[in-house]
Amino acid sequence: MLAKRIIPCLDVRDGRVVKGTRFLNLRDAGDPVEMAAFYNSEGADELVFLDITASVEKRQAIVDVVEKTADAVFIPLTVGGGIDSVEFMQKLLNAGADKISLNTAALKYPGLIREGAEQFGSQCIVVAIDAKRSTQKNKSDENMQWEVYSHGGRKTTGRSVIEWAIEAEKLGAGEILLTSMDADGTLEGYDNELLSKVVDAVEIPVIASGGAGNLDHLYEALTSGKAHAVLAASILHYGTYSIKEIKDYLSSKGLPVRPVSS
Amino acid sequence: MATIVIVDSECANLSSIYKAVKKVSLDPMISGEPEVIAEAQAIIFPGVGSFAHAASLVARKNISRALLEVIASGKPFLGICLGMQLLFSKSEESSLTRNDEPAKGLNEIKGEVKRFPPGLPVPHVGWNRVKPVYNDQLFEGLTGGAYFYFTHSYYASPLQKDRVLGLTEYGFSFTSAVKKENLFGVQFHPEKSGPAGLRLLANFGKIIADQR
Repeated sequence: MLAKRIIPCLDVRDGRVVKGTRFLNLRDAGDPVEMAAFYNSEGADELVFLDITASVEKRQAIVDVVEKTADAVFIPLTVGGGIDSVEFMQKLLNAGADKISLNTAALKYPGLIREGAEQFGSQCIVVAIDAKRSTQKNKSDENMQWEVYSHGGRKTTGRSVIEWAIEAEKLGAGEILLTSMDADGTLEGYDNELLSKVVDAVEIPVIASGGAGNLDHLYEALTSGKAHAVLAASILHYGTYSIKEIKDYLSSKGLPVRPVSS
Repeated sequence: MATIVIVDSECANLSSIYKAVKKVSLDPMISGEPEVIAEAQAIIFPGVGSFAHAASLVARKNISRALLEVIASGKPFLGICLGMQLLFSKSEESSLTRNDEPAKGLNEIKGEVKRFPPGLPVPHVGWNRVKPVYNDQLFEGLTGGAYFYFTHSYYASPLQKDRVLGLTEYGFSFTSAVKKENLFGVQFHPEKSGPAGLRLLANFGKIIADQR
């Protein structure tokens, strides 16, 4: 049985982790390489670095972070945030990234998904979708229940989440990373209705993101939401739960997980 | 020349496998030169992407002849992911020319590479267990069904069941590791499979050392 994956997400700006307070036992709480190693030792199944560096000149920092992390951590590494060219994908992959997460650039130019998939394989291309429930006017259209946002959730695109997920799959995406903007940061649970609709619409795996506040939320996303994996930030970074606690809980409820010690 | 060569067929990201092999105290080099490959003491053959594309690259660059030479000489050989699939006779993954002929592999292990049946999420991405069907040095310390990281849409199906070294459940039981004498193939990525993957690579290192 394929195990349900638990994936910590680290926000990195100018080569430093932002967010997260629990790492008092580390020499440097903002060092992404140390945090990656910590989560790896805790049993994380993958890691995601989300680069939120604003200036283009400082983009090299994330490449260095990936390179150092890949020297020490032997689980899949995904990098996202501002990636808009095959050349930059290549640079990150050479540094040791395994997957590239595309968001705004793919919305502007969907061909980027195909170019990346053709050059590096579909397993390499994750399409991240920021989804928000539509306002009343669109609700009559079944497919417009959730709308895609770009630019880190700041701009509406007028596109349907379901349709964009299907298009991304056709273009060669290997996975969908689906964030509910309504749920994100609320700690009130994932948007499981959204999740299950997207899972039903595509064949490729869907990673749930946004809203985890307790262990049941994770369980629900993986069962009623049908997600293949869960991304978690706050509940891990603030030390609410350890990955072992999460996996023990899911396992006790009958879900397959990779044991932390293996 | 006592060297482990990681084959560069231009269809894989080699930094991860290079780093992981280094981590288990082996000293690999990366090369796509047929002469270097033929001279190697052992071969690691990684690959991702499309079977037809990789098969044509390997054939065009004369790498396939060097690989077959190494295999025939009985040197330890480890194919990873697409590198395992390329050991098989053919794949039903559509060829570059879009004709209906299945793309041909190295034919070292008889059998076909097939698409996962409909109804299963594809690609098969994530951690799944590999159960060795018999005791082998490659899985020393990993006999209980350790989890390894997979990402693939096609699976290999050997004609001869005695080539099967490991099995994995995904809706049905598929072959996730093969062996023919010193020729090994694994569908998963040991370089991305945490401690279990590093252990498997270290075991492969021991197999190489035993040849000396």
